[in-house]
Amino acid sequence: MILIRNVRLVDALGERGPADVLIGEGRILSLEGGAAQRVIDGTACFLAPGFLDLHAHLREPGEEVKEDLATGLLAAVRGGYTDLVSMPNTKPPVDTPEAVRALKEKAKALGLARLHPAAALTEGQEGKTLTPAGLLKEAGAVLLTDDGRTNEDAGVLGAGLLMAAALGLPVAVHAEDAGLRRGGVMNDGALSDLLGLPGNPPEAEAARIARDLEVLRYALRRAQGRPHLHIQHLSTKRGLELVREAKRAGLPITAEATPHHLTLTEEALKAFDPLFKVAPPLRGEEDREALLEGLLDGTLDAIATDHAPHTLAEKEMDLLRAPFGIPSLEVAFPLLYTELHLKRGFPLARLVELFTDGPRRVLGLLSIHLEEGAEASLVLLSPKERPVDPGRFASKARYSPWAGWRLGGWPVLTLVEGRIVHEALE
Amino acid sequence: MRFKAELLNAEEMRRALYRIAHEIVEANKGTEGLLLVGIHTRGIPLAQRIARFIGEFEGKEVPVGALDITLYRDDLTEVGLRPQVRETRIPFDITGKAIVLVDDVLYTGRTARAALDALMDLGRPRRIYLAVLVDRGHRELPIRADFVGKNVPTAKSEVVKVKVAEVDGEDRVELWEREGA
Amino acid sequence: MRHLLDFQGWTRQEVESLLDTAKVMREVLKRPIKKVPALQGFTVATVFFEPSTRTRISFELAARRMSADVVSFAAQTSSLQKGESYKDTLLTLEAMGVDAYVIRADSAGVPHQATRWVKGAVINGGDGRRAHPTQALLDAYTLLEALGSLEGKKIAIVGDILHSRVARSNAELLSLLGAQVFCAGPPSLLPQALPGARLTPSLEEALEEADAVMVLRLQKERMEAGLIHLEDYIARYQVTEARLKRAKPEAPLLHPGPMNRDVELEGALADSERSLVNRQVQNGVAVRMAVLYHLLVGKEGA
Repeated sequence: MILIRNVRLVDALGERGPADVLIGEGRILSLEGGAAQRVIDGTACFLAPGFLDLHAHLREPGEEVKEDLATGLLAAVRGGYTDLVSMPNTKPPVDTPEAVRALKEKAKALGLARLHPAAALTEGQEGKTLTPAGLLKEAGAVLLTDDGRTNEDAGVLGAGLLMAAALGLPVAVHAEDAGLRRGGVMNDGALSDLLGLPGNPPEAEAARIARDLEVLRYALRRAQGRPHLHIQHLSTKRGLELVREAKRAGLPITAEATPHHLTLTEEALKAFDPLFKVAPPLRGEEDREALLEGLLDGTLDAIATDHAPHTLAEKEMDLLRAPFGIPSLEVAFPLLYTELHLKRGFPLARLVELFTDGPRRVLGLLSIHLEEGAEASLVLLSPKERPVDPGRFASKARYSPWAGWRLGGWPVLTLVEGRIVHEALE
Repeated sequence: MRFKAELLNAEEMRRALYRIAHEIVEANKGTEGLLLVGIHTRGIPLAQRIARFIGEFEGKEVPVGALDITLYRDDLTEVGLRPQVRETRIPFDITGKAIVLVDDVLYTGRTARAALDALMDLGRPRRIYLAVLVDRGHRELPIRADFVGKNVPTAKSEVVKVKVAEVDGEDRVELWEREGA
Repeated sequence: MRHLLDFQGWTRQEVESLLDTAKVMREVLKRPIKKVPALQGFTVATVFFEPSTRTRISFELAARRMSADVVSFAAQTSSLQKGESYKDTLLTLEAMGVDAYVIRADSAGVPHQATRWVKGAVINGGDGRRAHPTQALLDAYTLLEALGSLEGKKIAIVGDILHSRVARSNAELLSLLGAQVFCAGPPSLLPQALPGARLTPSLEEALEEADAVMVLRLQKERMEAGLIHLEDYIARYQVTEARLKRAKPEAPLLHPGPMNRDVELEGALADSERSLVNRQVQNGVAVRMAVLYHLLVGKEGA
């Protein structure tokens, strides 16, 4: 039994408390205290349901030099995540039931965050032949995606949405038009022209979302069951508007945004540091503002990290060759807590929802609220500020675009079903 | 810096240059094959004046060139400020000629050494002389002047300032003391 | 200035001082002994991650004319292919005592990145489509020789502006020196904006009353990428004798080389009196000598 005393509670329903939260048998037993072997003082801290990340690249199997399940899932619990969806673009891609099972079993043995593998929508993520969706779901896949690649064949995507609809699985897309994107390494515009870097235009995202919405309409017309399209890492104002309109029209669509698109802009590229090279690229301030609005008005359902670790040597290549990606599992919540809630007054309950119930709904999971009887997958967050120190990351990617930023809201205790998986109490 | 003394006034300076002009012609036995080369900055007007004197009393025009020795300095790896490189203009072939290098002050000898190297890269003179307005001693290299306007024993803490009308608006040589030295 | 990456942060005075030094270097290059001891004891490395024989030779000659020691690193012949990173390569050279690095790369920003890794001076020898500052300096020097001053002069730059580091650096530098820069090219090869220059898809507008015309090389890759059609380009953008009539009489012609004769420029024009191409090459060595002197010797001033 664990007792967290005098702690404020925050979940999608709002802020409450303080309460004395008694935890045992993997559940919240009481909000009014009780006898416990371990008593933790939660004064000044707040307790939230454990976070769920819809989008992380853990690189296993095949690229363990960048990350593996052990380091990735440890990074997750340090970031307050109790659940995490791993992307299937490993080497080889996760496109068989065996591969899904192997990941699940290995992750379970680690006893850290719970892994929910996404599986490839098409074999080898090549966009040509569908994977065995039913078998993948049976093995434990929660989502189908060719993330990292763009589904160039709309017909295959349509068929994939139909297959997934029957199984109740969402299909997630990396929405960028490959032709418009060309070799772009940063946002296309006056700044890319100035810096002499190939641009990836914002229209590449909007064009592909527009196409995919038509593909979704096609699937909706023909489907048995309800197809579900999820737009990954939305980065542009125009893309967001398309999703907003589609939601208003009642289309079954959800969308996520990343910590980097919410806190950084293309200006960061001025120093020619490939740490800021990411796909889709960092955009303009207007796009960033639009995303923040989308978080508030429900156009965006979740904040997902797109944690994409690479070796430092790879990220120190030139901007044309360095791989795309930013690692963020360990800073995502403190970053947005500080930059959005503390600095801009973004409602805390909504922010927590975007890390908890929001992504849970995308996967069709039940909500977790801080009530008696609720599953004790929880995170205790401290308002105490400290600078981001990538040298202390559990992730193998020990660098960060936010290195040195002073942030509050750090997870000091993470529990999965009542079991402590991360502890950094004072 | 603190002013200490006047070493030469305008008239004394004129007489010294006039004497040097005579000595040059004497040493060279006339003006045949004679060329004057002034070292940037104040060596150039001094060379021009000597040439003018020679023209007056010999009736022959002696060509004058300008030499910048910056690129030949031996201290470029350690200088604090980057010296401005100036133009070298020697519009005549120096091979086989008698060159008189003209500078305002002879001190360590390093400028004269650099000037010799610079000249050698431009051709192969028959003979090189060195003429200076003031020789203040403290040589660091085995170099001596052939023609000297005035020998002035100085301390290392002192500074000799040569002013020429073309550059400084007046003709005068001054001795200054470096403060705190 | 500790490095030469582009002209951001440079003042007109600094550029003019550098061009004055280049003038002295030009005189050095006319001497029977074309060499001065100024950079004795310094080591200059040319680090070319993208091949370019012409630029590399020009820099190496410039360094040798100044008596610097020169080491040369070319990506094809070295360990870079074995996965050694740019950073490793530069740190290895740094450990060997290099004082200045001339860096050429196909990606924008590599010279900037290098300044974070090495203590020595970094000279941008061309980075992707971003900047080629010594090319712009030699163009400016050549134009100043031909026109006397750039103040108020109209300079036309013609060709693939979008992918051209030469156009970018010249727009930056020539406008700093008072020129009006017009960049003309097919719409699919024009950037959205280019500081220091007016952009136009009309070759005629750029050539009208121009005091000088700079023609850029058209890369084959642009046709392959489907951005333009070669015959269309030649028909509408080739600089020809007839089209040059719009420019001022005698307006000189520049080209950064290597040239595609009868593509971007009518072949006969390349050999005409108007062409300053050989002059550009000669001035390139002098300008690079000046750059090395300014970056390696002492601090600003004196």
